[in-house]
Amino acid sequence: MNKWLKPLEDCLEKGRVLTEVADLYSYSFDASFGEHLPEAVVQVKDKYEVARILKLANEYGVPVYPRGAGTCLSGGPLPVHGGIVLDLSKLPARIEVRPDDLTVTVSPSVRTGDINKEAEKYGLMYAPDPSSAHVATIGGNLAENSGGPRGLKYGVTKDHVLGLEVVTPEGELIRTGGQTIKNVTGYDLTKLIVGSEGTLAVIVEATLKLMPKPPAVRTMMVAFNEVRTAGEAISRTLTSGVLPSKLEFMDQACVVAVEQFQPIGLPVDAAAIILVELDGPEEALRVEQEKIEAIMKDMKAKDIIIPESDEEAAKLWHARKQVSPAIAKIKPTKVSEDATVPRSKIPDFMDRLQVIKEKYNLEVVAFGHAGDGNLHPNILCDQRDADEMKRAELAVEEMFEAAIELGGTLSGEHGIGTMKAPFMEMELGDVGVDMMRRIKQVWDPNNILNPGKIFAEKGQKLVLRND
Amino acid sequence: MTDGLKHAYDLTFDCVQCGYCLPACPTYETMESETHSPRGRINLVKMVAEGKASVEDMEEPIEKCLGCMACTSVCPTNVQYGSILENAKEVLDESKQTGAVESFLFDDFIPSRRWMDRLGVATWLFQKSGADRIADRLPWKMPLHLEAFAGILPEMPSPAKRNERATRYMRKRPAVKKVGFFTGCIMDSVFFGSNESTIELLLRSGAEVVLPENQTCCGALHAHSGKKEKAIELAKQNIAAYEEEQFDYIVENAGGCGAQMIDYPSLFEEGTEWHERAVAFSSRVKDISEVLVEMDGLAFSKEVDQTVTYQPSCHMTYVQKVVEPPLELLRKVPGLQLEELERPGFCCGSAGVYNLVQHEDSMDVLDVKMEDVCRTGADQVVTSNPGCLLQMKLGIKREGMESEAVHLVDLLMEADPESRY
Repeated sequence: MNKWLKPLEDCLEKGRVLTEVADLYSYSFDASFGEHLPEAVVQVKDKYEVARILKLANEYGVPVYPRGAGTCLSGGPLPVHGGIVLDLSKLPARIEVRPDDLTVTVSPSVRTGDINKEAEKYGLMYAPDPSSAHVATIGGNLAENSGGPRGLKYGVTKDHVLGLEVVTPEGELIRTGGQTIKNVTGYDLTKLIVGSEGTLAVIVEATLKLMPKPPAVRTMMVAFNEVRTAGEAISRTLTSGVLPSKLEFMDQACVVAVEQFQPIGLPVDAAAIILVELDGPEEALRVEQEKIEAIMKDMKAKDIIIPESDEEAAKLWHARKQVSPAIAKIKPTKVSEDATVPRSKIPDFMDRLQVIKEKYNLEVVAFGHAGDGNLHPNILCDQRDADEMKRAELAVEEMFEAAIELGGTLSGEHGIGTMKAPFMEMELGDVGVDMMRRIKQVWDPNNILNPGKIFAEKGQKLVLRND
Repeated sequence: MTDGLKHAYDLTFDCVQCGYCLPACPTYETMESETHSPRGRINLVKMVAEGKASVEDMEEPIEKCLGCMACTSVCPTNVQYGSILENAKEVLDESKQTGAVESFLFDDFIPSRRWMDRLGVATWLFQKSGADRIADRLPWKMPLHLEAFAGILPEMPSPAKRNERATRYMRKRPAVKKVGFFTGCIMDSVFFGSNESTIELLLRSGAEVVLPENQTCCGALHAHSGKKEKAIELAKQNIAAYEEEQFDYIVENAGGCGAQMIDYPSLFEEGTEWHERAVAFSSRVKDISEVLVEMDGLAFSKEVDQTVTYQPSCHMTYVQKVVEPPLELLRKVPGLQLEELERPGFCCGSAGVYNLVQHEDSMDVLDVKMEDVCRTGADQVVTSNPGCLLQMKLGIKREGMESEAVHLVDLLMEADPESRY
């Protein structure tokens, strides 16, 4: 038995330290790849317990991995070096909206979608909308700096955080930022912690920015005969003076997969489809919609479909949501990437994906938030086919290279975690990565919090195979 | 590789571990850990199949699953959770010494019409003697927490009344449809009166109603406990029993039975004769609410001045996928105020024999449900499955509420439905 287990149990309520084999396996994975057994899982009920656990972890040199709902797509909560999984999803849920300040203070265990629901009661909204918002916790969203379709118009999680309460890696409680929109007091630790993937602090409370809920939305779907024209139409739209709230892209393979999965009448002969959502006052939407329609006609769009009712619009967005399950029918294992390029480079990136697909003889489809350059190329493969997985690893590496060469980034919204760590230097250079490492060392001298993430170990490579 | 899990193992690869099932899972909510979530259980089955964990390691998490199937309705990749769960249960069942009580329960008791009638008669005696009112104060404990249920059973018909029931009910006017009624074992023993209401509603809707004599238990409880062979045997008997005549519908009034019976084809290999016969059988299986809506033969003549809420059967919702018909019928009852639950799809914790064998956990799930029920302020809680009905009665008793739980068909009878034909 670990010598830290007894003191750990002593500082928590009974039944909150899980060590059964079944429990350890149940916290050995997230929604990405890899399986790593922790030595214990602890379920905390208040922030002081978090502080006590971290103090103890420093004393015994045990790694601690914060975890929300485990929906991470980059391996954030994986206990790669054993130790303690710190389950924060069972902290009491708290959502306090302050309508007069347009802010909300939340505990990290709250589901992101619930924050928005609560805000809507006051005619407000919490803008970030990752597609897992109905499952994922805000704590996880903050740690990973999650995005979502609305990121195009409203930005990502970090753009909506005013202040945090965190436990430092050495077990001290501190507050960063505050409750005001403007705040330039000292270094911006809030922004440093948001997106640090649980390597610098454990978030135990956050104050977030709310905005007025747009009174109306409109949807349109446009189909194109060529991917390149679709890309150009996206650029024209974004420079027309209209900023859509969502601008989503699906390539032909995705459209075909959706139609085979759950036919709703999407044009399967189109090379690409884009879905546009506009939000704002009804009067403004009419004008904006006409403007975009004119652009699409000018770009020789194959079809322009404007749904006549909310139900029809919902059907189109449902089709977009069906992409993930539909493509999973092609092959069971989905390697979902989120490399992001400057918006004007989307057609070039699509060309590169085509080359990679042919070179490695893999099923590759692309869809995603084209309006902000954040595409999701997905490789469909089979985990039981070692050769195919090896080819997938090489293909992913080339996708990253392509994105960076086009002026983009490894990750738009999923995070680095374990999977993309080996490629950090490719984007940031060795000095860039070293500056980040130094920050980590100062914050966490004993390397307690979430070791094995963001920074690659010597010789570490992308591995998609479980042995 | 644990050989028995081969089937489940292949299916686990459909799970991408996205976690979308978590908010739908009642035990994830009440037991508060991934270990008791669908994705946790699927992963454990995979780990056991790969030899990384042992069969014993998955025993508790698998047995604590309600099997409500809510997770399957939100799964973006359509993981066949039901098949994975049943396969895991088969492996657990093989690895265990089955106790005498359990094997009597599953092999002899539930499928037997004779035993089931005896249960009904025994309950009648129990009630007549007044023992039911003191059951929870008895100095000894009854097995399987039965004392908790003693005070909530409906009034039983006398043995004479039971024997009076016919096997064929004809109308004076020509019938619009011919229905084979599936009486179910718990429904027929404990809720005999609801079965009578069902027959009456069908008759008034314009149907001829036949109760095939060779029908038996649907086998749901067996299939969900890993006793596949027995489930197949029972399915065959039912398929044959309903082939004796040409029925337009095979009607049941228990969501759990309906879900099992529409799933009969999966018990047989495709291409075989039995598979074909199972498909023919299942395609005609319908819940009473569906048939009443479809036949549209009732005109409710009496006002029912009450507020009700509806607790749907999970298997009716997630397996049979019958959601609207019961609500549609309730909306037709004059004077009735329907207050829907906030989370109708959240299991009540009855789940077959779960509330007997996992009593404490079942009560935790029930507490969550009752909070929702209390919020509606309903005078009556309407259900469509005997297990849910008993559980709601128990919930009402535990909360000390004034409300009552009723089967949909009994509520409809209160509104004095007149035949439109």
